Amino acid sequence: MQVTSPLRETLVTGGKTVHDITEDICRQVEGKPSKSWMMGLALSLGGLTIGGYAVFTLLWEGIGVWGLNKTVGWAWDITNFVWWVGIGHAGTLISAILLLFRQKWRMSINRAAEAMTIFAVLCALMFPSLHMGRMWVGFYWALPLPNTFGSLWVNFNSPLLWDVFAISTYFTVSLVFWYIGLIPDFATIRDRATNKISKAIYGALSFGWDGAAKTWMRYESVSLILAGLATPLVLSVHTIVSMDFATSVIPGWHTTIFPPYFVAGAIFSGFAMVLTLMLVTRKLFKLEDYITIYHIELMNIVIIITGSIVGVAYITEFFIAWYSGVPYEQYAFINRAFGPYDWAYYTMMTCNVIAPQLFWFKKIRTSIVSTMIISIIVNIGMWFERFVIIVTSLHRDYIPSSWAMFYPTRYDVGVYLFSFGFFFTAFLLFSKFFPVLNMAELKSIVKSSSEKK
Amino acid sequence: MESGKNFVLGIYDDEDVLLEAVTKVRDSGVKIHEVYSPFPVHGLEHALGYKRTRLPIAAFMFGLLGFTLAVTMQTWMLGVDWPMIIGGKNFISLPPFVPVSFELTVLISALGMVGTFMIISDLKPYKKPRMFDVRSTDDKHVMAVDLGTNNLSKDEIGKVLNESGASEVNDKNFD
Repeated sequence: MQVTSPLRETLVTGGKTVHDITEDICRQVEGKPSKSWMMGLALSLGGLTIGGYAVFTLLWEGIGVWGLNKTVGWAWDITNFVWWVGIGHAGTLISAILLLFRQKWRMSINRAAEAMTIFAVLCALMFPSLHMGRMWVGFYWALPLPNTFGSLWVNFNSPLLWDVFAISTYFTVSLVFWYIGLIPDFATIRDRATNKISKAIYGALSFGWDGAAKTWMRYESVSLILAGLATPLVLSVHTIVSMDFATSVIPGWHTTIFPPYFVAGAIFSGFAMVLTLMLVTRKLFKLEDYITIYHIELMNIVIIITGSIVGVAYITEFFIAWYSGVPYEQYAFINRAFGPYDWAYYTMMTCNVIAPQLFWFKKIRTSIVSTMIISIIVNIGMWFERFVIIVTSLHRDYIPSSWAMFYPTRYDVGVYLFSFGFFFTAFLLFSKFFPVLNMAELKSIVKSSSEKK
Repeated sequence: MESGKNFVLGIYDDEDVLLEAVTKVRDSGVKIHEVYSPFPVHGLEHALGYKRTRLPIAAFMFGLLGFTLAVTMQTWMLGVDWPMIIGGKNFISLPPFVPVSFELTVLISALGMVGTFMIISDLKPYKKPRMFDVRSTDDKHVMAVDLGTNNLSKDEIGKVLNESGASEVNDKNFD
């Protein structure tokens, strides 16, 4: 039997009962969409359409419409890729790692955070796929499929190939984990549904779930093992992403601290995105009793920690560049801080190192407005981090005659806009038609962690 | 009486009452068909006397399968079928095979385990579940007792359920 401490933190306020949770979460799914939701969807679809034009042109004309040149062969595309993958990490951290650590506050945010993970990883996948140019034959380049060249197989020594496996595994496992969690909640919606169509749809989605004790026992076991599998997986994914850079011989990329530095950065930006999304969702769907200031404060603490790790990594890189005595490495870093892209560097430093330190003040980390502002600043900062690492390392390499600058074209911006349009469209549809909070899990903690009336 | 058709249901409002009730009901000699809950109740599987699930073993086996597949695939493709010199390294160099082997281990393990779970729990999109009481996906715990497998009469079982703390006792008959 479960022993409950009387001093447990309140995770659900407003004296909610088990039935209230069903009502509060299902109301979203069953009711008519609100005006603000419709406006958000219209905006996202607008972005998707304008971005769609950019994607179409890119596919029609080729990669030349981007601002890439011979020196800077990777720029916004890979920046966006790493940025989106990084954002995805928070979802898995919340649902898997916090499950292993038995952190019950995860239960109010894990569903939406996992949805964010899935959509963010899809956005990320878009960029390397589009950068392949003829993406319709990309399967043969990226996967070990038998082909008519021999078969000439893919190169398993290449980190880019590891990425294919890492990202696709990550996407699949996250999707499965998310869906397993959704099944009991779909059953709740199915049993409440009044019209035939939603009964049929949610009936199919719920896989005939009946909540039998035996199934719950297996379900718990599956969740725990999936969490155990997803934990090293999430760490491996950004490690492998960082190896795309770290295993090369480009000064500024060839760094052994990249894997932990990238993982910390990923969690940092991911939590910022979770906060941005959750603060809006919370307001829109009136979930203040489930996502409390306490939840926001805890997430802000994660941001301080990971933000500080990222800050230390920036300084370490500089120290090692100096300490290594390698002139190319030293130049890469001097160029980063004082070269033509110094504005990007200082944007990154301000947003990632200074801004999150404000969360040391209790007033700031428990304020919704300041959390919203800082979470957006952090996401801007993390985009610039990837831009700085990628573009400033490439644009001035070993041969000064090939030095160049990178200027984005409207198609760089357009494809990025497309990914935003896709992300928000998907998230808005999710938040309307799927239960945004994990009802079953929340119900299990109502007794121990709900505020008593 | 035929089993699987006529049931007595005990409806419980609270998970702690339910846990004690399961023990009480079983001690008084009533066989419980199954308990349906809106959320996982810790310790319920012990109270009902269920054996521990062997899904972790399945997960491990699938993981092993994934690992073997990954190592075999990479070794065969780059070492046997079409050896290529890449960076002057051995055809079969194990360290670069680690990431893909790890990823495939996780992938096959997760998919295999979840697939097994779906099959043994009979979860599928076109399945119509037999719901004893729809409130069991909302806020009530439903204990179903099959009259066909118990020697006691309906009223006797109802009495046991009532005494164990059920807030309601209902009948449920399936045709």
